[in-house]
Amino acid sequence: MTHTLAVLVENTPGILARVAGLFSRRGFNIDSLAVGRSEDPGISRMTIVVEGDDSILEQVTKQLHKLIDVIKITDVTRDDFVDRELVMIKVNTETSTRAEIMQLVDIFRARIVDVGPKSLTIEVTGYESKINAFENSLRPFGILEMVRTGKVAMLRGFKSITISDHQKREETN
Amino acid sequence: MNYSGAEILIKSLEAENVDTIFGYPGGQVLPIYDALYDADIRHILCRHEQGAAHAADGYARATGRPGVCLATSGPGATNLVTGIANAHMDSVPLVAITGQVPWSLLGRDSFQEADITGITLPITKHSYLVRDPSELARIVKEAFYIATTGRPGPVLIDIPKDVSSTVNEYIVPEELHLPGYKPVSEADSWQVVEAAKAIAASERPVIYAGGGVIISGAHEELLRFAELLMAPVATTLMGLGGFPGTHPLSLGMLGMHGTKYANFAVCECDLLIAVGARFDDRVTGKLETFAHEAKVIHIDIDPAEIGKNVRVDIPVNGDVKIVLKQLMNVLQPRLGEAWREKIQMWKKEYPIDFCDNRELKPQAVIREIYRQTGGDARITTEVGQHQMWTAQYYTFSKPRSFISSGGLGTMGYGMPAAIGVQAGCPGDTVFDIAGDGSIQMNIQELCTAVNYELPINVAVMDNGFLGMVRQWQELFYNRRYSQTKLFNPDFVKLAEAYGAEGFRVTKRSELAPVLEQAIRSSKPVMIDFMVESEENVMPMVPPGESLSKMLG
Repeated sequence: MTHTLAVLVENTPGILARVAGLFSRRGFNIDSLAVGRSEDPGISRMTIVVEGDDSILEQVTKQLHKLIDVIKITDVTRDDFVDRELVMIKVNTETSTRAEIMQLVDIFRARIVDVGPKSLTIEVTGYESKINAFENSLRPFGILEMVRTGKVAMLRGFKSITISDHQKREETN
Repeated sequence: MNYSGAEILIKSLEAENVDTIFGYPGGQVLPIYDALYDADIRHILCRHEQGAAHAADGYARATGRPGVCLATSGPGATNLVTGIANAHMDSVPLVAITGQVPWSLLGRDSFQEADITGITLPITKHSYLVRDPSELARIVKEAFYIATTGRPGPVLIDIPKDVSSTVNEYIVPEELHLPGYKPVSEADSWQVVEAAKAIAASERPVIYAGGGVIISGAHEELLRFAELLMAPVATTLMGLGGFPGTHPLSLGMLGMHGTKYANFAVCECDLLIAVGARFDDRVTGKLETFAHEAKVIHIDIDPAEIGKNVRVDIPVNGDVKIVLKQLMNVLQPRLGEAWREKIQMWKKEYPIDFCDNRELKPQAVIREIYRQTGGDARITTEVGQHQMWTAQYYTFSKPRSFISSGGLGTMGYGMPAAIGVQAGCPGDTVFDIAGDGSIQMNIQELCTAVNYELPINVAVMDNGFLGMVRQWQELFYNRRYSQTKLFNPDFVKLAEAYGAEGFRVTKRSELAPVLEQAIRSSKPVMIDFMVESEENVMPMVPPGESLSKMLG
């Protein structure tokens, strides 16, 4: 089972190493990890996609919580959520295939961000299965290079994963 | 008022009531040692940074106050690593301070540069690389708070030389802001209620008490709890002293070299109450058969320990001292005669004993140390056979009286730890019970003991072997004693060369008088006990076997 965790951490040097090191030394498998600033400049938000059953997820969560800089962990897969990933693909093009590729770009609502004499660089965002399908449809033309950001995710609706929300919940508990 | 970073560090340590630092100077800590020169803090110069870390660890375990060690950058810092890992495994509050090359040289593979925060990432509770002297006072305060609260552990502060030498304002830090760190104290009431229900319904409960009892100072609560339930108590190695070993409800130690009656009781209990213990493989043996008839209640301050190794029926997350009080508020006294009778029968039938042929057996030496100290000494150990015999034959009844490397199993821990214990508890009789292998791993610290007039007693169980490894080779490797026969120095002369007193005991008749002399001596003493060479630690659960399948 795959879980997507939203992890709020203090924006301190070394926090990424702490989290990554924890996963490797405890033998947990990370599918992807994306980090960036959150709405609060002092807080970074990590989206970690982790593979494992409930007992593994429980250990991952508890061990993450032991890191002093980790403030809040939410398993968004337990709720309604949206997730997205951004991918850039550089694909080999010939005069004969260019039109066909541009058609695929239209169908998948991707965007061409760079045009070279023998290549097109395409940006696509979406959920995982769409991106996988797009990648597979480009494969016959020859993918020269691909880079993926890793998944980011958010809960649907008004509910949000923030620190103030966390503190509020603690006060009511 | 403005101070150098080093002076701010010392002021901050004084604000934490640090009275003793164990350390070793070097290039990148020169500003810190300069500030120490005028400070009211006692500095004990160990002879190796590993010794300093273990001494600070021993000081912390004996006194309950955080231990502080200090080393320079590079090799000084890496020499602390074993000591930090040791403290991490046994949840010891340790603050390790290291020098670092100045920021301008950082990351350039400079002379004596090592990424010590990176190296110690998996073996610290938290760590800091200080960027600016204005952060120092806050970081020191946070470090002590984190090291000593919740489940204690080591915190490292790495201080580049420019940070310790730059002048800055010293502002006493106010409230700490650690939004990601909220140690628990009380357990949720539903957990307490569930646990109480299971206890009331059980017929054959066993309390399995670990080091958490000692760390949280819950020994009195545990005693009342056990007497209220009339439930027998088995302790782990780390839990020795957390429950009086002389008490009729005591089962002694459980696990690989535990008593048979403790292991039988765990195998047949219908309720296992784990109190501040973590289901280590040396305790459980084969996991699938460990307490397989029992419901499991796990009381622990660290939620990550609950359910980590075994299935837990009732988690109780809280400080064990507080949780035991919460439980006693809702529990009724109970008797459980039949269960206690069965355990008494096991105790009679399978006592912990050895074949005493009146030769100089290591078990007899430890029993005599127990007899002469009345069980009142602080005992440290190294790691190996002598450690297990100490656990089996010195009946520990007081918390913080048994100080030993449990989780990491660090040979060379005992003597520097004894130095830290003696520095923290000046009036107490301190013994390091050692093996002839382990003792040489930090023998240089004998010099520290003599230097600072710390009258520790080092009892070397000298069997001419790396005894525990030899025992495994005897039992599981066809007696092929690969690299376990030891060539040793003359320990008496060695002790004398360091300025300590040295004795050698070769016969049983010499045991009592020499020990008396050693305990009376006001100097550090090393006694070389020439014990039987191929004695084994029994009983023993072979690795990976069920607790019910004991040898010996």
